[in-house]
Amino acid sequence: MSTQITNEDTELSVLEKDLAETPVAAQRVAAERLSSLDTLESEAIHIIREVVAEFEKPALLFSGGKDSVVMLHLATKAFWPGKVPFPVLHVDTGHNFPEVIDFRDRTVERLGLKLVVGSVQEFIDRGELAERADGTRNPLQTVPLLDAIQRNKFDAVFGGGRRDEDKARAKERILSLRDEFGQWDPRNQRPELWNLYNGRHTVGQHVRAFPISNWTELDVWRYIEREGIELPGLYYAHEREVYERDGMWRAVGEVSMPKPDEEVLTKLVRYRTVGDMSCTGAVLSDARTVADVVVEVAASTLTERGATRADDRISEAAMEDRKKDGYF
Amino acid sequence: MSTETSLLETGLRESTLFRFATAGSVDDGKSTLVGRLLHDSKAILADQLDAVARTSADRGFGGAGATGSQAIDLALLTDGLRAEREQGITIDVAYRYFATDRRSFILADCPGHVQYTKNTVTGASTADAVVVLIDARKGVLEQTRRHLSVLQLLRVAHVIVAVNKIDLVDFSESVFREIETDVQKVARELGLGADGIADLVVIPVSALDGDNVVDRSDRTPWYSGPALLEVLETLPAADELESHLESFRFPVQLVIRPQGALAPDAIASGLDVGAYRDYRAYAGQITEGTVKLGDKVTVLSPGHEPRITTVTGIDFAGSELAEATAPQSVAIRLADEIDIARGDTIAAAGTVRESSADLYAALCWLSPKPLREGAKVLVKHGTRTVQALVRNVTGKLDLATFNVEAASSLELNDIGNAQLRLAAPLPLENYLHHRRTGAFLVIDPVDGNTLAAGLVKDHPGDHEDERYVI
Ligand SMILES: Nc1nc2c(ncn2[C@@H]2O[C@H](COP(=O)(O)OP(=O)(O)O)[C@@H](O)[C@H]2O)c(=O)[nH]1
Ligand SMILES: [Mg+2]
Repeated sequence: MSTQITNEDTELSVLEKDLAETPVAAQRVAAERLSSLDTLESEAIHIIREVVAEFEKPALLFSGGKDSVVMLHLATKAFWPGKVPFPVLHVDTGHNFPEVIDFRDRTVERLGLKLVVGSVQEFIDRGELAERADGTRNPLQTVPLLDAIQRNKFDAVFGGGRRDEDKARAKERILSLRDEFGQWDPRNQRPELWNLYNGRHTVGQHVRAFPISNWTELDVWRYIEREGIELPGLYYAHEREVYERDGMWRAVGEVSMPKPDEEVLTKLVRYRTVGDMSCTGAVLSDARTVADVVVEVAASTLTERGATRADDRISEAAMEDRKKDGYF
Repeated sequence: MSTETSLLETGLRESTLFRFATAGSVDDGKSTLVGRLLHDSKAILADQLDAVARTSADRGFGGAGATGSQAIDLALLTDGLRAEREQGITIDVAYRYFATDRRSFILADCPGHVQYTKNTVTGASTADAVVVLIDARKGVLEQTRRHLSVLQLLRVAHVIVAVNKIDLVDFSESVFREIETDVQKVARELGLGADGIADLVVIPVSALDGDNVVDRSDRTPWYSGPALLEVLETLPAADELESHLESFRFPVQLVIRPQGALAPDAIASGLDVGAYRDYRAYAGQITEGTVKLGDKVTVLSPGHEPRITTVTGIDFAGSELAEATAPQSVAIRLADEIDIARGDTIAAAGTVRESSADLYAALCWLSPKPLREGAKVLVKHGTRTVQALVRNVTGKLDLATFNVEAASSLELNDIGNAQLRLAAPLPLENYLHHRRTGAFLVIDPVDGNTLAAGLVKDHPGDHEDERYVI
């Protein structure tokens, strides 16, 4: 191999010295068959780059949850050594775990990104959204989400949705067209062929892009482990004051107070998803490290939504209905 | 190391990825087979099973005497849309995931009734293998011939025919052998498996009871072959086959040229800002073959003569690779400062021909809006989209006989041949030899919908040996 082939000689030699220090382990041997994680990573990066190349104004939905953290990590790899070329969008329920908001802000700062926040609370304060009888705010995210998309003229929004999460998601395309009202029409989807993604849309329409559609929960965790990706601490086992409601352990917090007959206990728990604190349940777990979590997830007998999301239990078609209305 | 410990504890090896799809007529048992694979490989988690059992009971499935997985309707595991559950049919391709300790599987469950061509083409376009179901009581139907035709046309690497409901013909060997012979006859007529690209396996199964799905059954003692899952675990994936091709291909997705805008996290972890100020690399996913440092490559760009240069760097997120292979996403640096943009193709030197504005292709028509001669469409090929004029439709395939009939238009689910004139030349390659760079989409310029899946054919009169000149 030749090393003096450009007219940027001096700079290249610095570059090569830098690269020579890359640990051998990081230089993967291409001749071997790629692992499933490598293949999924390549596919996701391809999708992220396609969207950036073909859309005017993409944004990435970033909640601080593990799927969105993995997506953002993939984006940093897709454009290295450049900056991630789009802002992140957080739809804030106002019912947050403080450590998740803290993590969000640190991540945005670390990567030098712009953060756009759509606030459920502001919509409630303005009387444009009504608090639900059950107090849950996850379903209320749709309106602020669509408002933020419209207001910022985002034409593509990256979501961390995975097809293994839900039966309706299992049918959604990687690039999923939304109409002027943000609605998904499951019976009228474009066929998606080879790795050719058709993102054409008219003014007012936008596209949701799901680069990790083909990942499972276990893939996500193994990837977090492999890449050493940092997550909010509540994904790992910690002591917390909780009480039991509808077969779920809920955290004691400002927006999730126990009723008088619900006993508060201190338990070793962790979260499998982060969302509205008032309806996201914890699981009893002693998985304190990412390696422990990989083992736990592999052995788990409950899907993450079933275990921890009260709002998805409402009906078999809960997710499909919310997606049709413009949800994530 | 923590990685090793956790992989050891879970019994998980570094697995590879394998994509497959199902095809078959309505009620042949596709959804049941998929449910069976998920169930027996323990990919179905307890709460999903709960929800399915509840719905099964509501619909009167199972009944007295039904036990275990027979007491539930396995098809409910894949039929995810409300309308599908209500009508007991599959409307759209559903993707499912399961893993064994050798492989992670992505499976596309493709419905067989309305729009079967559309769904089969979609599912097969990304599949390493397709499982075609046949009802043992019905044998090879016209629909089966059509499915096999589509798979042959799309060059699916492996075709597995599952002769299902073998329990309903009393596990009869003679029924199975007769169907097996018929399948092989159709395959011969179609040329399936003839050129060494595709291979064909025929297996007797009962999706409902699980015979020969995950484990070999003792109710078919006359069948000595592998169970379906064993086959799926051991076939080479298409990427694996394609990564060995000598014809490296790399459609450029975008140019990475951060100038001042270097990633703060990379700088924080020691990136030499000075060295990377003039960094310029071409980002994309390798569609076939392998590229090594120092390789001579041809750059194809519209409006330029093909240019030959040398690969000086293969970057992936901070590590430099000595080589990379399909389907890796990487960023490539080149020796000469040449003007390269999205839509250009980097290819192994001496393995490509010049771009062309004349496109001869087979089109799988996927839209209710028919194709007419003279129509203006968009063609999306690799990372480029160009305008195109449909000059003429030269014929339509009779999928049952595989004969080409005269035609002047194509309708939903038709497969035909057409000639298009492109507004700008594209680096077109024959789909027979290049599954990625030989594929394209036809898009409606008015509403943006995908109209057809296109497979590039050679120009009539082209000679094989003249093809690779650059
Ligand atoms: N006896 C028997 N019935 C089966 C078998 N496979 C599927 N079925 C039944 O055939 C019907 C159609 O199955 P389904 O999976 O919905 O077919 P699809 O339309 O191809 O998805 C259902 O009633 C299944 O229970 C089998 O191997 N044996
Ligand atoms: Mg079905």
